Amino acid sequence: MELSLSKEDAAFRDEVRAFIAENYPREMRVPNAETDLTKDQSLLWHRILHKKGWIAPLWPKQYGGTGWSITQRFIWEQEASRAGTLPPLAFSVTMVGPVIYTYGNEVQKKRFLPGILSGDDWWCQGYSEPGSGSDLASVRTKAVRDGDNYIVNGHKTWTTLAQHADWIFCLVRTDPAAKAQAGISFLLIDMKTPGVTVRPIITIDGSHEVNDVFLEEVRVPVGNLIGEENKGWTYAKFLLGNERTSMASIGRSTRYLHRLKEIVKAEVADDDPAFVEFLKDIARVELDALALEATELRMVAQMSRGIDPGPAASLFKIRGTEIFQRITDLTHRAIGNYGLALREHPAGANIFMPGPDYGYTASENYLNSRKLSIYGGSNEIQRNIIAKAVLGL
Amino acid sequence: MDIQLTEEQELLRNSVQRLLRDRYDFESRRKVVATEDGWSRKHWDAFAEMGLLAAPFPEEFGGLGDAPLANMIVMLEFGRSLVVEPFFETVVLAGGLINEAGSRAQREELLPEIAEGKVIWALAWTEQKSRYDLNNVTTSARRSGDEYVLKGAKSAVTAAPWADKLIVSARTAGGHRDRDGVSLFIVDRKSANLNLRGFKTIDGRRAAEIGFDDVRVPASQMLGDEGNGAAMLETCRDRAIGALCAEAVGAMTELNSATLGYTKTRKQFGVALGTFQVLQHRMVDMFIALEEAVSLTQHLNLTLAAKGANSSKLASGAKSKIGDAARCVGEQAIQLHGGMGMSDELNVGHYFKRIAAINIQFGDPAFHLMRFARLN
Repeated sequence: MELSLSKEDAAFRDEVRAFIAENYPREMRVPNAETDLTKDQSLLWHRILHKKGWIAPLWPKQYGGTGWSITQRFIWEQEASRAGTLPPLAFSVTMVGPVIYTYGNEVQKKRFLPGILSGDDWWCQGYSEPGSGSDLASVRTKAVRDGDNYIVNGHKTWTTLAQHADWIFCLVRTDPAAKAQAGISFLLIDMKTPGVTVRPIITIDGSHEVNDVFLEEVRVPVGNLIGEENKGWTYAKFLLGNERTSMASIGRSTRYLHRLKEIVKAEVADDDPAFVEFLKDIARVELDALALEATELRMVAQMSRGIDPGPAASLFKIRGTEIFQRITDLTHRAIGNYGLALREHPAGANIFMPGPDYGYTASENYLNSRKLSIYGGSNEIQRNIIAKAVLGL
Repeated sequence: MDIQLTEEQELLRNSVQRLLRDRYDFESRRKVVATEDGWSRKHWDAFAEMGLLAAPFPEEFGGLGDAPLANMIVMLEFGRSLVVEPFFETVVLAGGLINEAGSRAQREELLPEIAEGKVIWALAWTEQKSRYDLNNVTTSARRSGDEYVLKGAKSAVTAAPWADKLIVSARTAGGHRDRDGVSLFIVDRKSANLNLRGFKTIDGRRAAEIGFDDVRVPASQMLGDEGNGAAMLETCRDRAIGALCAEAVGAMTELNSATLGYTKTRKQFGVALGTFQVLQHRMVDMFIALEEAVSLTQHLNLTLAAKGANSSKLASGAKSKIGDAARCVGEQAIQLHGGMGMSDELNVGHYFKRIAAINIQFGDPAFHLMRFARLN
């Protein structure tokens, strides 16, 4: 599906498409870019985009943004995602960056924004704790003021790619007496500080994406506090808003759908009754993706006219993740018996993997994508948001 | 509405909304539906007077052009008010076919008659065994001098008891499921040897079983090229789906807002129903279903207006997805209204029944899902 583009926007699309085709690194074309790349490999594309000046389309131009229109930004997202490129690290560029340029002071902007743009600093997100998942406001990690420092003690968990991280942005409790949201602050912590320990959590797909991060007597300079003490919840909510709208991932779903069709054609005989069942299931999910894409285009058209979708954007997180989960489920079923095999991690050339190579990642994607409806505010939380903020219930 | 409407389109929407607000409230509709005829000539005249019956026609016939968009604007509002008068059959189906396939003379004669509200039309393509297959035609048309002689029967033809004229598909060549060999004829409803038995439909309208026992039709009353009827009907179906999807969106809009309003005020166990999370999440799913249906309907009608490639596949996809979504919304609206949802007095059940009818007209969601899956 295409936006009806003006001449300038069509030219822009062609430019973007050509740039991706010519510059996306071959080393990054691996079976599963999210789990198979080293830190250096996964930064290759980031660095190319930085050099081109295209690393942060969301940011205002003065901080290193591109100055693109909403339509152009959408075109960029669409092209990058259709081409199957690994997006730049969201925790850095989409999440903490905007918090720093919106709520940080001048010193913080100068110090942190360049490293985010260049990729020299890798950020991870210290939100979840063993006792606070969807109920984020219940964080217990404590930061106690001690002269020019905070002393931080606590335990963050499900921290994505903390094993690569140089910095972590944390929600910490600075006022234990205040109620839930009121006593929380937003703190930036150098991962090299003594007292910070990272321990891998292996997920059901066998990969190492997430971690426990233990914070024991970690001394953090007061200068690393974003905005005001005890106002962290405001900044956290702002960040989550940015996260939600970028979760429809239609481009990725479209690519996986295309592959699913090829697999079904190759694996299921067309006189097998299951073939018709696959046809119907695929058609349904294809229509779901089409409807969500049409909704996304409608939102882009609205935004170009200055209408903010507001909390209704939660529907993109809900439907986008449901659609992708469904596709990985169908793909896993389509490869039949080889769905028993699970690729080992870390991936290596000399580990035996049976079956046709289009099936190698079917099991792990099916397993791994269960996370989508849980993270970033579970889909149930997103439904609560719409119920309250859109429907007024 | 999120696509940029032109000034004329915006005007059309506003005037339809105003007209329906002024004279098409649910109680007035109920009275009209309960009459012997089941529709209102006065409403029809009002539609004609404001130019509504010409809206999708080309400018030379008093319309706005861009038929799919004009149809969408009108049908969405008609869906919200459950309008029973045969705009869909007369203007969208017959008017669309005449405009697309008619000769210059036919267009100049027939389109103004429709625009002025003088002639009601119905499209007779379904047969007892055809289900949703446009090619499956056993009614035959045999050439005899300057005439064709029609023999056979058509089934469940909506608006036929009200119609002055019919467009009838009949076979002039080929086997009974061949795509080629179907032709379209303009037939006077009062023709000799045409037997019509009317019946009431679930959505408060009228339809008929029609028998053709050697009905003689002048050869000049053929519409479009001989043998090409199935292809014409296919294009007609795409447009029809664009209109029916918009009507479904209108009905879903009203169902969602009625359900939301009801659950906010209705108390059980001392609290409003809307405070229960299980109901909140269901209404969120109804909200999302509507948003997606709106998007898909706009996308389909824009594609049809631009005569985009794949528009027929897209039409089937939209019919299937929106049909399922509307049924879901309708069922949940009744469920969340509890016992009241079952009552004939409340409008909720009537929206639900219109949706059930939409899901049959021109093919159900299952039929169109397979058509979408097979077309590439």
